[in-house]
Amino acid sequence: MALHIGFPTALMYYSHFPFWLAFFNRLGIEIVTSPLTTKAILDDGSREAVADACIPIKLYHGHVLTLKDKVDAIFIPRMVRISKRATFCPKFLGLPDMVRASLPHLPPIIDLQVDAGRGLWGLWPTCRGLAELLGFSLRQAWSAYLEGRHHQHAYQKLLLAGYLPLQAMAKLRGEAAEAPIREPGTLNLAVLGYLYQVYDQYISLDIIGKLKKMGVNVWTMEMVHPARLYRLSSRLPKRLFWHYSNLVLGATYHYLHQGNIDGIIHVTAFGCGPDAMVDKIMELDIRKLSRGQLPFMSVSIDEQTGDAGITTRLEAFVDMLHQRRGNR
Amino acid sequence: MKKVSFAHMGYSYLGFKQLVEDMGFEAVVPPNPSPATLDRGVTYAPEYACIPFKMVLGTYLEVLERGAEIIITSGGVGPCRAGLYGMMHERILRNLGFNFDIFVFDPPLTGLWPFFIKLRRVLKTAGLSWLAFVEVVRRAWAKLKLLDELEQLATSIRPYELKKGETTRTFHSCLKIVEQARSRKEIAAAREECRQLLQNIPRDTGRRPLKVGIVGEIYVLLEPFMNLDIEKTLGEMGVITHRSIYLTQYTATDVLAHGAQDVRQLAHPYLNQFVGGHGQNSVGETILYARNGFDGVIQLAPFTCIPEIVAKSILPRISRDFGIPILSLTIDEQTGRAGVETRLEAFVDLLRQRREQMEARSNAVLLPGY
Repeated sequence: MALHIGFPTALMYYSHFPFWLAFFNRLGIEIVTSPLTTKAILDDGSREAVADACIPIKLYHGHVLTLKDKVDAIFIPRMVRISKRATFCPKFLGLPDMVRASLPHLPPIIDLQVDAGRGLWGLWPTCRGLAELLGFSLRQAWSAYLEGRHHQHAYQKLLLAGYLPLQAMAKLRGEAAEAPIREPGTLNLAVLGYLYQVYDQYISLDIIGKLKKMGVNVWTMEMVHPARLYRLSSRLPKRLFWHYSNLVLGATYHYLHQGNIDGIIHVTAFGCGPDAMVDKIMELDIRKLSRGQLPFMSVSIDEQTGDAGITTRLEAFVDMLHQRRGNR
Repeated sequence: MKKVSFAHMGYSYLGFKQLVEDMGFEAVVPPNPSPATLDRGVTYAPEYACIPFKMVLGTYLEVLERGAEIIITSGGVGPCRAGLYGMMHERILRNLGFNFDIFVFDPPLTGLWPFFIKLRRVLKTAGLSWLAFVEVVRRAWAKLKLLDELEQLATSIRPYELKKGETTRTFHSCLKIVEQARSRKEIAAAREECRQLLQNIPRDTGRRPLKVGIVGEIYVLLEPFMNLDIEKTLGEMGVITHRSIYLTQYTATDVLAHGAQDVRQLAHPYLNQFVGGHGQNSVGETILYARNGFDGVIQLAPFTCIPEIVAKSILPRISRDFGIPILSLTIDEQTGRAGVETRLEAFVDLLRQRREQMEARSNAVLLPGY
């Protein structure tokens, strides 16, 4: 029987899952993902995880719990760096250790670290380590690595073309996915935030879906090439330490330049450490660079946030933008 | 003469005051942190920033209003947020309309050249030669070391004091003596005098105080206002505390070198990765305290401090594996003194009972005839 390895549908799932799926599949390993977030998963996670953690981390614990009896091992890569320029949030750095200490009776955890800062080879050292651990040859590992890279590139391409992560993954699987369309003449809103926060439909309360229903064109940070985001984020006198945060800030500057954007929404999680900095920088810089002309809203979400509350805020924001347009 | 200021962290302000004055600046000594300072910081800081950020922002607001023109502070290399605080403070304060210079010094090991350039700019403003600067630093360093030493001495004497509060009173008069001492000779004399004063406090040496280690984030550990005088409170409950961080020791191991390797080594089975700040240290030091026979450990963490959250999620497991009680205290602007004291009392009671039980058990072993 093929080995079953669990991959929680949270955190780095949204940015790197296609790579790992293709890599493991090529090696003949079955990848089991947890279902999309439900209230039960979040509740389980909040109960087990340390109380001060942010909601995405609690959610991760919940997803690990749904997987633990179904798989032979759980893959929790320790994301340290995927480029030379920035590391991940400390909670990512300590993620396998946090999960191990907080959750009892887990299957073995594969927690190889991804630290691309040391060499030019990106994910390859981690892949080599995985192959060694699971008993595959270097050659098999290499071809699986290439396969993974291939899929990741295809995924990135779809994202740049405007697909949302879940749709892009569906399209990669060969399922029908709705192609991105932009209505000319309607409002253009940039919705920025970490992928695992914005695209988890449960904890983001489907902000993107709600906006689309209101007939708004949504722009996100994955629609811009990461290299450009990094270039833009280096405008700060001191670059932020965290990978995803640099992307969000880069996207802020990008959409400020784009010109056709009517407003920016920042989606953040209660207690997110890096976002305390990112949100303030966004607030100050959007005001400064647009001379106070571009509306900015920050939506912070926690376990108690209600659907109706978010809907009201989004509607009010969109109404306000419509009025501004009418006045101009 | 330029007016220079800096952040308030524990009793180190005496050392920094001397450093700045000896360099030929006028020191704007930050006021003792108060609820009012904190309130002002909270007003302008991001909501989820940790309490050190808010407190330091409040301090800067106060010193800038009192005319400070230059702020000197430390940076950092991440992934702890504190490394960005210099930049964030500057942006927020400039946005409020303040005009000032800020020098943020990152640890020299991460970039010797930028460190050197910045230092040269500061010295140029001060009109000080490198040679003179070395002497100035040596003096300030001696003072900082003395302050740490006295604080340690006071903590070890407090649980034995006959008259409650006497050690703290003596310690504060020692601070005045230390403040007066300027040259290295005077500092050495002050050291003798203060040690004498503290040693002469009437004590009941028959007591058997509990031993508790304190780990956590540096700012809340070092600043008594932030940790609600935890060392004094515990000391007066009859507990010897040992703090894992002192400023001079931290500077020597973590700022000028690559960190305390042995502590990190101990943390490896539980946290095999540097997570910024003192996260990994908190884990390693807890194990160290457990091994050295301490009765308990208290972790102090600011609310939303990322490295300490990582540590906090791992500490319960260490508590089980090593059989040592651990109390995690999270501190934010809502933390009240009475609440913390109640929790400390309960914790100390627990430790005391635990010791009695363990001693009763070991006595039973000693008397096999029963």
